[in-house]
Amino acid sequence: MSTQVIASTKNRARQLTEEEIAEIEHEKTLYPDNQAVGLEALKIVQKYQGWVSDESLLAIADYLDLSAADLEGVATFFNLVYRQPVGKNVILFCNSVSCWICRCDDIKDHISKKLDIDFGQTTEDDEFTFIPVPCLGDCDNAPVMMVGDDLHRNLTPEKVDEIITQYRNKSA
Amino acid sequence: MSRPPLEIAAYEANDGYQSVHKIAGGLSANDVLDTIKGSGLKGRGGAGFPTGLKWSFVPQGENSPEQKYLVVNADEMEPGTFKDRLLMEGDPHLLLEGMIIAAYTIGASKAYIFLRGEYTTSVRTLKNAIAEAYDKGYLGKNILNTGFDLDIILHTSAGRYICGEETALLNALEGKRANPRAKPPFPQVSGLWGKPTIVNNVETICNLPGILTYGIDWYKGLGQGADAGTKLFGVSGRVKNPGCWEMPLGVSIRELLEGKAGGMQDGLGLKAFLPGGGSTDFMLPEHLDIALDYDEIAKVGSRLATGTMIILDDQTCPVGMVGNLMKFFAHESCGFCTPCRDGLPWVDTIFREFEEGRGSEKDLQILREHVDYMGPGRTFCALAPGATAPLGSGLKYFEDDFKAHIKQKRCPYKH
Amino acid sequence: MAKIVIDGKEYEVDPNNNLLQECLSQGLDLPYFCWHPCMGSVGACRQCAVKQYRDENDETGTIVMACMTPATDGAIISIDDEQAHDMRERVIESLMISHPHDCPVCEEGGECHLQDMTLMSGHNYRRYDKKKVTHRNQYLGPFINHEMNRCITCYRCVRYYDDYAGGTDLSAQASHHHTYFGRHEEGVLESEFSGNLVEVCPTGVFTDKPFSEHYTRKWDLQAAPSVCVGCSVGCNTTPGERYGTLRRIVNRYNSEVNGYFLCDRGRFGWDHVNSEERINAPAVVSNGQFSELNDAEVQQLLTDLRSGDAIAIGSPRASNESNYAMRCLVGVDNFYAGVSDREHDANKLMLQLHRDSAFNIPSVRDIEKADAVLIVGEDVTNTAPRIALALRQSVRNKASELAAENNIPGWQDAAVRELAQHNRSPLFILSNAATRLDDVAVDTTTGSYADQARIAYAVANAIAGQSNDDLGLSDSAQSLVETISQALKSAKRPLIVTGSSNGEAELIKAAANVARALKSDTPTDLCLIVPEVNTLGLEMLTQVDHKLGVALSKCAAGEVNKLVVLENDLYRRAATADVDAALAKVENVIVLDQMPTATTAQANYVLPVTAFSEHEATYVNYEGRAQLSFQVHRTRTGAMPAWRWLSDGKDDVNTIINRCSEEASDFGHLDDLVPHLSQFAAGLKIPRQSHRYSGRTAMIANLNVHEPKQPIDDESVMSFSMEGMPSMKDASILGTTWAPSWNSNQSISKFQEEVNGELKQGHTGTLLISEKSDAGSFFEPALSETSSADQLALSWAFQIFGSDELSAKSSAIQARMTDAYVGLSPADAERLEIKQGQPVTIDGGATAIACVREQVAEGNCIVYCGEQLNPNDFGSSVAIAKSDSSAGDRGIAGLIVSDLLEESY
Repeated sequence: MSTQVIASTKNRARQLTEEEIAEIEHEKTLYPDNQAVGLEALKIVQKYQGWVSDESLLAIADYLDLSAADLEGVATFFNLVYRQPVGKNVILFCNSVSCWICRCDDIKDHISKKLDIDFGQTTEDDEFTFIPVPCLGDCDNAPVMMVGDDLHRNLTPEKVDEIITQYRNKSA
Repeated sequence: MSRPPLEIAAYEANDGYQSVHKIAGGLSANDVLDTIKGSGLKGRGGAGFPTGLKWSFVPQGENSPEQKYLVVNADEMEPGTFKDRLLMEGDPHLLLEGMIIAAYTIGASKAYIFLRGEYTTSVRTLKNAIAEAYDKGYLGKNILNTGFDLDIILHTSAGRYICGEETALLNALEGKRANPRAKPPFPQVSGLWGKPTIVNNVETICNLPGILTYGIDWYKGLGQGADAGTKLFGVSGRVKNPGCWEMPLGVSIRELLEGKAGGMQDGLGLKAFLPGGGSTDFMLPEHLDIALDYDEIAKVGSRLATGTMIILDDQTCPVGMVGNLMKFFAHESCGFCTPCRDGLPWVDTIFREFEEGRGSEKDLQILREHVDYMGPGRTFCALAPGATAPLGSGLKYFEDDFKAHIKQKRCPYKH
Repeated sequence: MAKIVIDGKEYEVDPNNNLLQECLSQGLDLPYFCWHPCMGSVGACRQCAVKQYRDENDETGTIVMACMTPATDGAIISIDDEQAHDMRERVIESLMISHPHDCPVCEEGGECHLQDMTLMSGHNYRRYDKKKVTHRNQYLGPFINHEMNRCITCYRCVRYYDDYAGGTDLSAQASHHHTYFGRHEEGVLESEFSGNLVEVCPTGVFTDKPFSEHYTRKWDLQAAPSVCVGCSVGCNTTPGERYGTLRRIVNRYNSEVNGYFLCDRGRFGWDHVNSEERINAPAVVSNGQFSELNDAEVQQLLTDLRSGDAIAIGSPRASNESNYAMRCLVGVDNFYAGVSDREHDANKLMLQLHRDSAFNIPSVRDIEKADAVLIVGEDVTNTAPRIALALRQSVRNKASELAAENNIPGWQDAAVRELAQHNRSPLFILSNAATRLDDVAVDTTTGSYADQARIAYAVANAIAGQSNDDLGLSDSAQSLVETISQALKSAKRPLIVTGSSNGEAELIKAAANVARALKSDTPTDLCLIVPEVNTLGLEMLTQVDHKLGVALSKCAAGEVNKLVVLENDLYRRAATADVDAALAKVENVIVLDQMPTATTAQANYVLPVTAFSEHEATYVNYEGRAQLSFQVHRTRTGAMPAWRWLSDGKDDVNTIINRCSEEASDFGHLDDLVPHLSQFAAGLKIPRQSHRYSGRTAMIANLNVHEPKQPIDDESVMSFSMEGMPSMKDASILGTTWAPSWNSNQSISKFQEEVNGELKQGHTGTLLISEKSDAGSFFEPALSETSSADQLALSWAFQIFGSDELSAKSSAIQARMTDAYVGLSPADAERLEIKQGQPVTIDGGATAIACVREQVAEGNCIVYCGEQLNPNDFGSSVAIAKSDSSAGDRGIAGLIVSDLLEESY
């Protein structure tokens, strides 16, 4: 089976890296068809590139012989696939009900002011991207947020300041 | 706060994997099915459907498709729900043992754990546990010489609340847009890649090892009311000691809220609460002595669902709380069917206007209409009907608050 | 049959259908969006809510979606129920939240399903006063406009484009109320069937781009039932005209032929009718320059023309009437085939197979029923596109079978697809390169014509239990033969598809052998595709030995004084040198045609003839089905139908049809097509203009505000006005579909016996070749190998956009055409040092662009067939070489093939 793609669109794809290909190949062993691997590949590419560019999307479509349109449909459906560039650290800020009751809006305002960005924006130094996320399932420690892979609980403005400094120092 | 997850040796020393040894000792799939049916275990994901009955719909025998799948729904995204995380971070082998039991019973040689992408700690604990289980021969080919094979694959979701709906989850696992599927056909008949599939919640699966190891009577004896077994109950909001506890089904709400969670924080009163996550109907202080089991809670018009309560205190705006939930549901609608896709954003917008003091009687009427319009049977799946639970009960219980917003042209809770 | 109760009244229904379909079949009004008659149900829009009751005692009932509920025996439902009505009103209110209400500037306005359903659902006041969601639109190519703000998110477009038509470049994107339907980036929609989006979309998201360039409301279009002249399928269409110019073509439902869908060649290949290049008046030609003749000269020319002593060449793109009139004029012995000699032989062979009782020639609908298919050498997507769309449906019969086994109703579209996954009914393709059906085929094997025929012969042998030793098959070919023969043998309704586009008799013979070997109690479906709209009609009027080559030889030998060429460019039919030699020797060459061609340039006289929309005519499609195409509008030019120039001027079209029916063998039932006014209510004509036609006075208001008298059509049962009996439910002729409350094409259900059934009017056409005999026997292979070190075996590459003569003169089609190309295997390209996209010469003469394709077998080349190259100039093998000259300015970037070699592109 092959999809039928105009050659000129394939031409704009970037070359996947060896690491990316190795991980995609591993995923292929876990699923019976390439469509399932497509979503995994988006996550893999994002892990290495930070986000999924048009060129990356086309590269995956090409590599897995999937329709670029379908893959775009999947990529734009899920919250955690970024089709726009993001900063080095993505802040996933829980603003669902338990955190809201525990006054996460105040924390959100604090972060916005401190980093001078609103939800959906990236700091000018490309350090932080600020994204709201549905309930992080840690409601007994509300308010909570994730920075990268790390969960931060029982947030207060002071704690947020520490966390931001910590990540700034890490990349400095 | 965080203790290391049990290593397999420690888990085994505490009767872990006993059920798998029982299977190796000759327990047939039918025996297991009868045991689970007999235990009265109901699904812990929210709907409360009897687990054994669900399994029995999987076609068996020579004419059934050879490939069957077990899928564990670990996409915990219901607002205010934090119980599966606890199990996967704290006791991953319990989940794996349960999966072996379930897969063995339905004849699945492949099982996927559909895990929330944000649960990075669970990813680590589960990966370790799976590797240990393979090493010990609990997973892989010919498990403990039973001739039964099982591979468990950990899949991390790319993030959408709708993936908690079992058929949408299957689409996501297939790498498609996670729109739900029509039922019938049910996944038990045509599920993952069109093959018979059982989707069970993490907590449901975690109930299995105990039932098989210690027996039906032991399990039934755990419950205090009509329902068998224990359940994880959580409390979040502005209480003294928010948290999650395993308690017998049938204990009173008061015992959970005041006994375990320590009651409201100083200076706050209890206004209302959602008993089982964001898509359940509000309950009031007058309901505190009701037993936490499926039927009792249904009698007052709500649902036990996930068993994780969200507490609304008297200093927090109920309109704002419902509005927060509506914003969540509107954003998480998959966009497939009309009432959900286009109804929720309208509702969401109206709540924002109430918040900003621009609410009107006309809008209030529109909200009321949407409760029916997005209700059960009207939509393609249960997402929007779930949203109508706090919306409908909120409009009923907090009418004064809505009217105060209209009258004062501002949120009366904001000072 | 089952009995159900709808609002207290009992109806007999088919329990295998859903409630929505049955309600519509019963003529009831129930609004819907996401459901489509041939795409089934998905339950997305929730517009068709009804109340269902458990039993007679149930007084509350529950709201269900009619499209998702089976019409089970004993079901009791209500459409009128207040709650159900409320639900439908809420749904339409929701759908309209972000709709721009731009009907006055929207091309869909006036034939918009959304408008109709909004009214039907009772939504007439907008309560939503918040911000609307808006979207960016995409450029989607020369055929389709994109206006996403109008979208109501019914998912029909992607269900049609991807699931039904097999497209891969349109998808649903984003989610919740931001769901977007488009390509992954701007660009031409690749599917050959993209135009159907215009009709599938219930509102104005996807609209007809060429139409919008000279837009007119549906009610202001003068329209009549017509037949597409783009290929031999004969899809039914409704062209619309205004102010003397043709504006658009939309689908016209025919249950046996095209159903609901057209291909893009048919939908967009019409504006040659409006071309400035049309021949306007009778002319004398000298040095390629046309000088108009005065009236007297024209009369003299016609008198001469009709005086006999001429030979004539017919045309596969002209009507039966014109070909027959031509044959009458010169006599059957002087009437020659207007197709290449190779094609003529192939066509005649196929006509012989038509009469063989071993075979059933399947309609398009029959093709959809096949559960195993073998295509032998015909690139269906490019030669008879609508059949490719039908073949794509045939592979889904496996899914239907699986669904039935699992008790999943066939109309549960998403569930059936999920269950079936990649399980398909087998489709095997023998071809010279990758085809556009490969994605659903079990196997596509490419090779020379001889290679393809060899495998087909071997399949026939294997099925018949004969040895294949003589055929010299490789092991892999042998195993393929086994697979194909097993699949065909175990099928309930196997289908073999072949055609004469290549003019390769061996392919047809081999295909016939397979079909014959499969014949059991019932004849085998054998689809025999011919190249043009009336190829079969022409061949039925032409004697076997009256080949074009014979006529040209006679001319070249000086034996002919007068040659009449009917709607034909001979330089597409025979070698350039042969045509040159013939035309040079004839004193009087008279060419009747619509547009100037290489042949008219060599003529002495030209007579302008009407285009398909300007005359009433009959055509015979690939299966021998004769269909009547009405005149839509009067021509702006001095053209007349060819038969009128050729006859003495007293005949009308009905006389010609009747005479042809009486005199020409096989045409006995042609006159069944002609309706008679006596059948109609009060003897009233059918108006070509709708009852809402407006602005007649304004047409020439810049010159004169007085309304001119409408012309009288005294030949047809249709009138050039609003007067008469409009195409309502019981009208006999269905031009524009319209029913009260149903202004869009969805009104078709009001005209069908039942949903997806025959039209109440009948009129699926008349099968002419009804007499069958069982004289046929297996053919002996006569495979000729062309192998030579410096030559490549040649076969033809057809393109949906470009290979058909008239549609290629339409601007929208031209925007999708490529330059002539030569497809080469990567190995040969490397050997010849030819790079992708480089100019090459063929036999040192004609230039084309090299197109390196992975699936072209080594030793072969495939040559683009279209106006830029005369395919008859080449032998069965050619030499290809690099060239410095440029081959054109279009290039081949727009070529949509799946096997283009990537590296060097």
